[in-house]
Amino acid sequence: MKQHIETSLIHAGVRDGYENKKGAVNVPMYVSSTFHQESIDEFGEYDYARSGNPTRDALEKAVAELEGGVRAHAFSSGIAAVSAALMLLSQGDHLVITEDVYGGTYRFVSKVLPRFGISHTFVDFTDLAAVEAAITPATKLLYMETPSNPTLGITDIRGVVALAKQYNCLTFLDNTFMTPLHQRPLELGVDVVIHSATKFLSGHSDIIAGLTVTADEKLGQDLYFIQNSFGNILGVQDCFTLLQNIKTTDVRFSRSAESAQKIAEFLATNPVVEQVYYPGLASHPGYEIHHSQSTSAGAVLSFRLPSYGAAKALVEAMKIPVFAVSLGGVESILSYPAKMSHAAMEPEERAKRGITDGLLRFSVGLEHVDDLIADFAQALEVVGAKVL
Amino acid sequence: MGKRSNRLLPFYYDEEKSDDMTNSRSIETKLVQLGNLSDPRTGAVSPPIHLSTAYKHTGIGESTGFDYTRTKNPTRALLEAGIADLEGGDAGFACSSGMAAIQLVLSLFKPGDELVVPDDLYGGTYRLFNFFEDTYNIKPVYSKFESVEQVEALINDNTRALFIETPTNPLMQEFDLQVYAELAHKHGAWLIVDNTFYTPYFQRPIELGADIVIHSATKYIGGHNDVLAGLVVAKGAALAERIGFIHNGSGMVLGAMDSWLLIRGLKTMHLRLKQHDANAKAIASYLEEEELVTDVLYTGKGGMLSFRLAKAAWIDPFLRNLKLITFAESLGGVESFITYPATQTHADMPYEERIERGVCDRLLRFSVGIEEAEDLIADLKQVFGTLRKEVKNEAAY
Repeated sequence: MKQHIETSLIHAGVRDGYENKKGAVNVPMYVSSTFHQESIDEFGEYDYARSGNPTRDALEKAVAELEGGVRAHAFSSGIAAVSAALMLLSQGDHLVITEDVYGGTYRFVSKVLPRFGISHTFVDFTDLAAVEAAITPATKLLYMETPSNPTLGITDIRGVVALAKQYNCLTFLDNTFMTPLHQRPLELGVDVVIHSATKFLSGHSDIIAGLTVTADEKLGQDLYFIQNSFGNILGVQDCFTLLQNIKTTDVRFSRSAESAQKIAEFLATNPVVEQVYYPGLASHPGYEIHHSQSTSAGAVLSFRLPSYGAAKALVEAMKIPVFAVSLGGVESILSYPAKMSHAAMEPEERAKRGITDGLLRFSVGLEHVDDLIADFAQALEVVGAKVL
Repeated sequence: MGKRSNRLLPFYYDEEKSDDMTNSRSIETKLVQLGNLSDPRTGAVSPPIHLSTAYKHTGIGESTGFDYTRTKNPTRALLEAGIADLEGGDAGFACSSGMAAIQLVLSLFKPGDELVVPDDLYGGTYRLFNFFEDTYNIKPVYSKFESVEQVEALINDNTRALFIETPTNPLMQEFDLQVYAELAHKHGAWLIVDNTFYTPYFQRPIELGADIVIHSATKYIGGHNDVLAGLVVAKGAALAERIGFIHNGSGMVLGAMDSWLLIRGLKTMHLRLKQHDANAKAIASYLEEEELVTDVLYTGKGGMLSFRLAKAAWIDPFLRNLKLITFAESLGGVESFITYPATQTHADMPYEERIERGVCDRLLRFSVGIEEAEDLIADLKQVFGTLRKEVKNEAAY
């Protein structure tokens, strides 16, 4: 009997004997850097904790199972996972990457990869023809983020996978916004799924962590080689925290997404708000594609106010959310992409991507939705009085 | 299980009895090796932290030895077996604080029971004894402990134990444990020793006849001023079983994380104590020569000493002017602490009683850390230099 993923979330970590002979319900934290070996010519499963640690192993196996992959790797941050995956490329290779990408990924691709002779083209991935047009004979990778950050653009995953097959490229997908619960890229043919596990998977604004998952054993081994060579592994305590927090991802995400839908609908009717970006709104240009490949509209939305002054006034008037970078925590987090997640991007690049001075991103937490809407209502009234 | 697997069984853990070789290992080696080779499946050198509250049973009446983490936790069990081995006892119990450890031991007594206790005692213990007396009629009988005869005179049919700190806190008195063990046993009582100041590195009371050893493991065992914990070690199966029953029944157990931190602390305890000891000796010699100091109370061993300034009025400027040494309550950490017992450790003792017991207003307690001794002495010198100027100013008026 195939289990529901909600069940796997709870039990994946302790399957396969991780509870060992003590029967512990939770995986122990192996805070050991090295492991005693039985003999000189035959080493055990673990020798040095960078290469393998029982707690990290439990996490990696659990995540592989959740994403429907064969191998997962845990990294010390989301961007460590992104950069490790991108190191699958070699000198002379070219990648086509969504222009509406997280600022940290943008920085790595545009400032670090060129030093290794790896070139890139940023493209609007909502336009498959544009993606195809950017593919060159050197192109080895199509890199997706859907929904994208921060304007929630939707990429047709199947369409990009088909292009990749046609042009013999790999596909990566940053699945941070959807989690394996609501978008299963490996099942749609994507080669590597990437997560900033700092976000919904951990969910408590507590740890920094990244994950990669592959459906292909060989690709998984290549990623393991990079993980072990670079050493950008996730520490044991963070592995344990992540394993524990993953267990409540479904209940947290479901509640947040439900609230996000209501908040998006509320904002869409407010005269001060120029535009709401949320794939749960039928007006969203990617609505149909998104719902053909995902089972939730997610818990992050963005909205555009008329000006920098209006955005500033709203941030100052909001009482409940944390005004901070990051997303996916139990606390609602209001961010200003132009100066936060996308500060690493030049102003003209930001403008091209719709990251205007009036754009705000809202990661919906677990507060009562009525309280959040009431907070928005009073704050927008303040903004309205100032700008209208 | 092959021969190699047997080798993985730790000498202090599991049902396997330790052999002669492991028993004869020095305490330094035991400390360092604590928890190593305790996890045959992985060979982990540092033991895992088991943050699991519950343990799977394979069937009815079948247990892995672990059921519910209050009763037994694998990480805590390593620490408990380790401290029992280090102290030469039969069972160890890790508690959520030093006071929880004392409460655990006091739970052995019944209304009407009496304990004979030296006057000089940690204020928190004194406060708990008062509570036990008021609430349960379990009575501490205080004595100066100047001679065996003086103590014996206080023993009666209700006396169940002698409860001793040695050296005492803060007056640094030492007691002959062998003599008091004999006295206690002669009257069918237990000798209970708080071994916080010396640790098993300097003193193993059970080997000298004690029945129960208590530690505030927050101090030298943890050693880094980061974890609050208590330990109890019992001699003999009967006592171990009774304490184990209360430990599980009242639940003052130590968490897995803190248990792991103590195991980690123990691995360097001997090195730390050597340095604490060397530094304390250097500082005691320096203080002996300092004219503004009237007494230095130091046993000649360990990292704790107390001293008295000539005037109580100098205490405040003394503490205020410390630059390196921290004015704080607690002891046994790598950082040097100076404590003012009158308002800190002994704040709960009535004034007359405190003075009567020698914890006067001029007394300071020094937990000498493992900084470079010269730097500590330089800090004291600059404080005394400042005090001397004030003394001169006072004289000028």
